[in-house]
Amino acid sequence: MSPTAAQLFLRNAAEKSADLMHREIIRRGMDSYDAAHLKGRARIKDWEAAREKCQEIKQEAITHLDRYLLQFEEKVTARGGHVFWAANSEEACAYVKNLALERGVKTAVKSKSMVTEEIHLGPVLEKAGIKVWETDFGEFIVQLREEGPYHIVTPCMHLKRDQIAALFREKLDPAVNSDDPAYLMTVARRILRQAFFSAEMGISGANFLVADAGAVAINTNEGNGRLCTSVPPIHVVVTGIEKVIPRLEDLAVLWPVLATSGTGQGITTYSTLVGGPRRTGEADGPQEFHVVLVDNGRSQLLADPEQREVLHCIRCGACLNICPVFRHIGGHTYGTTYPGPIGSVLTPHLAGINEFKHLSYASSLCGACSSVCPVKIDLHHHLLQNRRNATEAGATKPSERMIFKAWRRAMLHPWMYALGGWTMRKTLRLAYGLGLAGTALDPMRVWNRHRAPVPLPAQSFRARWRKGLNAN
Amino acid sequence: MPRTVSLFVPCFVDQLLPEVAVDTVKVLRRIGYTVDFPEDQTCCGQPAFNTGYWDEARPCAEHFVRVFRNAETIVCPSGSCATMVRKFYPDLLAASAIREEALAVAGRTFELSEFLVKIAGVIDVGASFPHTVTYHASCHGTRELGLREEPRQLLQQVKGLKLVEMARFDECCGFGGTFAAKFSDISAAMGNSKAESILATGAEFVTAIDPSCLLHVQGILGKRGAATRTIYLAGILAQEAA
Repeated sequence: MSPTAAQLFLRNAAEKSADLMHREIIRRGMDSYDAAHLKGRARIKDWEAAREKCQEIKQEAITHLDRYLLQFEEKVTARGGHVFWAANSEEACAYVKNLALERGVKTAVKSKSMVTEEIHLGPVLEKAGIKVWETDFGEFIVQLREEGPYHIVTPCMHLKRDQIAALFREKLDPAVNSDDPAYLMTVARRILRQAFFSAEMGISGANFLVADAGAVAINTNEGNGRLCTSVPPIHVVVTGIEKVIPRLEDLAVLWPVLATSGTGQGITTYSTLVGGPRRTGEADGPQEFHVVLVDNGRSQLLADPEQREVLHCIRCGACLNICPVFRHIGGHTYGTTYPGPIGSVLTPHLAGINEFKHLSYASSLCGACSSVCPVKIDLHHHLLQNRRNATEAGATKPSERMIFKAWRRAMLHPWMYALGGWTMRKTLRLAYGLGLAGTALDPMRVWNRHRAPVPLPAQSFRARWRKGLNAN
Repeated sequence: MPRTVSLFVPCFVDQLLPEVAVDTVKVLRRIGYTVDFPEDQTCCGQPAFNTGYWDEARPCAEHFVRVFRNAETIVCPSGSCATMVRKFYPDLLAASAIREEALAVAGRTFELSEFLVKIAGVIDVGASFPHTVTYHASCHGTRELGLREEPRQLLQQVKGLKLVEMARFDECCGFGGTFAAKFSDISAAMGNSKAESILATGAEFVTAIDPSCLLHVQGILGKRGAATRTIYLAGILAQEAA
């Protein structure tokens, strides 16, 4: 029997959290992100006000999602673009695949898009005989490694440059002889330029869908996004329905806040707005323009007033970066498209509570994620709600349910509570006196594997209170 | 100004770290308060609540509210347990018959450093502790209750105390209640990163406003055989010059 997602998670988490080399690579990456993020935030006069504004914009958009999506569609269609509403991954992938096959597409170039990862578009196209090039440098690298992105913004942050040089040598060119980043970029660029100009289809994601302008906003740092959207004869945007925002002017705050939270930049290097195919007299741009609006579980989340705000997420990655769990287990351990706090909140909704509920518990609820979220999603409290929902759905272990039922009984009777505490201390003192700490007979062995035993005082506080401490 | 405070002693403090509560009593009495300990209190319900068992946590929370319904001011030597009452009871007991009382009790519940600085208006409790100390900003106290400065204000007034900052002072120690049992390896890795930050300061002691974090840190430091010791805030504040 193949292991469940929860078993795999535990196994990989144990391995990664003990991998000191991995920890060091991530720590270095995060240290430089932290410094840039801090500096970036200082550039914005009132960071808290900016967060509140972004929260307000996204809240307005999500509250009136139907209206703004229709407005967006109307504008795009009026310019000669096509909008396809995909209820799930299958519909979205089938639309892009059929379009590619009908138009005789042999090669597609992709700019970075987590939604295409979510719906597994790449493998579907490859299976249909279409060569897909990831053109974001990080995505290009993880594609060569045949693995998913490690992080939603920085897909290959888990790799050192010598590993990348070795990978290039093995997969691209045996003559690769340096691990200098600029040189490695040149190697990739030479290959990707050819891909850009031979591809019949460009596929991109969207950072925002601007309703009043009928425009797709795409932010990249390498310019690959702009090449994907303007060079090939067909441009397909694949995006989640929650990406819509009401007004073009909203980008005035969303763009800098996204860039600051994502990388610490004031604004990303290339901020592109596209809204349809090439018009008569225009020098460039695709002949066909398609937008695939993916639901894939999102409208179910929209129907839940308690957790609806999770759809505010702008995928900046700030919650991953600050998360101490992410920092210790890394992105791949989650086994999901979206790792880190947002992934742990979102995945049970998108991919099933039974298979992915464990992620909601894999958090110390430290709240660091919520404190940095640029749209102020109360991430760690949503984890609590996910846990409650799992219990209410009867998805937790019977043994655990029994324990909490017994626990409740004891807590409602002070004498039972006191006796329980006394018995526990007495038993452990006895057991440890016999040298049983850490053995199979030690009820605290999980704790004691990595930690010294807890103190076991002879008297509880309440006992001491009664024995004289109560005299004011 | 209230002159009597009712002590809310978290279950794990009662059973495993009684000294934390004893020191809290000492500090409160020294600044002139009468201390009451309602003996019917048990657990605030946080373990069940955090694990998703809200139906099991709810009656515990109601029990707590009934035990403390007549208390004028409730003081708790733990940022996490104070958070449970203050921040989570309103949600947990939203549909309870004693919701109004729960809200009132939540509003009268304070973490110790918060009570001393914001309610009692005391930052110098007359303590002396001639040692180097580093401060771990525990998650619930810092981010749920917003107590960023209060513990430091108190520490700064302690005679002889030298405060040294650790890197990532507000990063989680990895405890997280049942998280430490369900995901022991991740929790311990986080604890060891915290331990490294603590040890890099060379401080003799690490303190916090949450004894549960310190219980975890103590376990990790103990396993490493480190000389640095954990001490709860009141443990420092209770010390007087010889």
